[in-house]
Amino acid sequence: MRTVYFDNNATTKVADEVAEEVGPLFCELYGNPSSMHTFGGQISRRIRQAREQVAGLLGCEPSEIIFTSGGTESDNAAIKGTLAAAPNKRKIITSRVEHPAVLTVCRELENHGYTVVELAVDKQGRFDLRQLEEQIDDNTALVTIMYANNETGVTFPIDELAELVTGRNVVFHTDAVQAIGKIPLNLSKSNIDLLSLSGHKLHAPKGVGVLYVRKGTRLSPFMLGGHQEAGRRAGTENVPGIVGLGKACELAAKNIEQESSRIRYLRDKLENAILEKCPDSRINGDKENRLPNTTNISFEYIEGEAILLMLDKHGICASSGSACTSGSLEPSHVLRAMGVPFTAAHGSIRFSLSRYNTEEEVDYTIEKMPAIINRLRELSPFVANK
Amino acid sequence: MWEYTDKLKDHFFNPRNVGEIDDPDGVGEVGSLACGDALKLTLKLDENGRIKDAKFKTFGCASAIATSSVLTEMIKGLTLDEADKVTNKDIADYLGGLPEQKMHCSVMGREALEAAIENYRTGGKKKHELEGRVVCNCFGVTESEIARVIRENNLTTVEQVTNYCKAGGGCGGCAGEIEKIIEKIHGDKVKEVPALVPRWAGKLTNIAKIQLIQQTINEQIRPVLRPHGGNIELIDVEGNKVIVAFRGMCAQCRLAEFTMKDVVEAKLREFVSEELFVEEDKESAQQPHNHRE
Repeated sequence: MRTVYFDNNATTKVADEVAEEVGPLFCELYGNPSSMHTFGGQISRRIRQAREQVAGLLGCEPSEIIFTSGGTESDNAAIKGTLAAAPNKRKIITSRVEHPAVLTVCRELENHGYTVVELAVDKQGRFDLRQLEEQIDDNTALVTIMYANNETGVTFPIDELAELVTGRNVVFHTDAVQAIGKIPLNLSKSNIDLLSLSGHKLHAPKGVGVLYVRKGTRLSPFMLGGHQEAGRRAGTENVPGIVGLGKACELAAKNIEQESSRIRYLRDKLENAILEKCPDSRINGDKENRLPNTTNISFEYIEGEAILLMLDKHGICASSGSACTSGSLEPSHVLRAMGVPFTAAHGSIRFSLSRYNTEEEVDYTIEKMPAIINRLRELSPFVANK
Repeated sequence: MWEYTDKLKDHFFNPRNVGEIDDPDGVGEVGSLACGDALKLTLKLDENGRIKDAKFKTFGCASAIATSSVLTEMIKGLTLDEADKVTNKDIADYLGGLPEQKMHCSVMGREALEAAIENYRTGGKKKHELEGRVVCNCFGVTESEIARVIRENNLTTVEQVTNYCKAGGGCGGCAGEIEKIIEKIHGDKVKEVPALVPRWAGKLTNIAKIQLIQQTINEQIRPVLRPHGGNIELIDVEGNKVIVAFRGMCAQCRLAEFTMKDVVEAKLREFVSEELFVEEDKESAQQPHNHRE
């Protein structure tokens, strides 16, 4: 059966160029970059190159890049490392729509005496800067706000937020896992202090990520036990992951503009056709400020997991904010924070595209979707019989 | 991805008996859009009082649709007395089993069947109503319903009860009550439910008391308020008076007073000292408005 992969916010295909680069690092060039011998030592050159490639995409210095095991580790390290470096400040400001890698960490810190403020968003998932401004005080150690939301694709005005926060002498961290590689960013022109990214969201392997730490930002190391990453993240380097991530960043930097307009065209085509062909459907999130690859659509009167299974039968991969897909009984915290009614949240479907999707795949999905929606509505007690 | 049986997938992709019977003898409607699943079952009887036809319409996930579909197949040809004996376990077994977190779908099927039978027996007048005291307010589950799933499926933990009838799956505020119902049913069989914080033996020093209060707030009270977008902060302790402030949603909630006595004070008395009482520090309500609809 064919596979149409529209779940790229969950994970992505490793680019062929990346796989090619990484291949020899398993059985041929397997040395430890910390070794004194040439066989191992030559690997450190590859890591240096990867660091430059990542810095190239982000517009920062290579020395500001710390390689980690992924987005979740980067978020944990940023939040806990900042607080440990500022022991007399006890307040954290974040948003209600963050990824659990941020939200769960903050809520746990609440049990250790920290005050956590979760800022609200409006119906479009947008943010009121004044709320943030009012909350920052002398006790605030950190503001952590995501760049782009994983479920809706809505982007926050991250440079503006960073300017506001750092202007008040507070550290600003952003979880940019969904944004990097999809929209351009230039850290040399931004006030962001800390930034998390994950390799497998931009066509690098799983198990590698980056924490960007602006020069001069105080951060206590999270992982101890070695000199790697200048003592800021101990542990033998995940060499294949790091080299792969470097290559993936190089590819993204080279193609981002051209690719994102093509992906946007495909996403818009998919979204518009589904809205037109399926009545009682709606977009969740601010259409103006959104990643080019993501659409989150709610279908009234039917349930997301059932839609996913029907799509799966046609080989189409997507995801849902419905309660049933997660095994919990309540739908996505992001959609609820946006005030999306439960009825619509239960029937929400996210399609997320990548450079490897084709127009033919979009057409195929547009062709299959209305029949699936109609079929489930025939079953629904909330839709009157014809 | 859920582990669904082939039989379940077959009934999801090819559901039998979809629709509504035009002039039904019995109608059973349970669930709602907000809950995430709902089922409308219609029955027609033959001259001997056996179920001649059964049709369903379901809003919900794949297992909700599949359980509705098999239910209509299972009950055709049964008398109402026979149908009345069908349990949620029978429905799940017929499908070759359901994932634990989806067992509530089978319970919804049995509830709809009961509602339809009741509807017939009361001459089409009576609509399905909740009977007895509601324990879980989030999903509207009564004590008798919880007791029934515990008995019929031999459940021993709150988590299982949530999987089977959703009770306790929203704010989690009724977890303690569900535990009591389980205990009542199983008698001495399950007594090993460990209390997270032991009551302090002997005299409490002030420091120990304050620490214990903070620990109880962290471990017992905050998790109850969290799912509502609410929060609580310990402001001060003066003798046996505990001063707290509600944050987030709780700060604007009309039920806050109820929560204060029923959750905060009750938990503090349970885990720290019987003599404690709580007071709200109204002046410190300064969190931003966290709206939720």
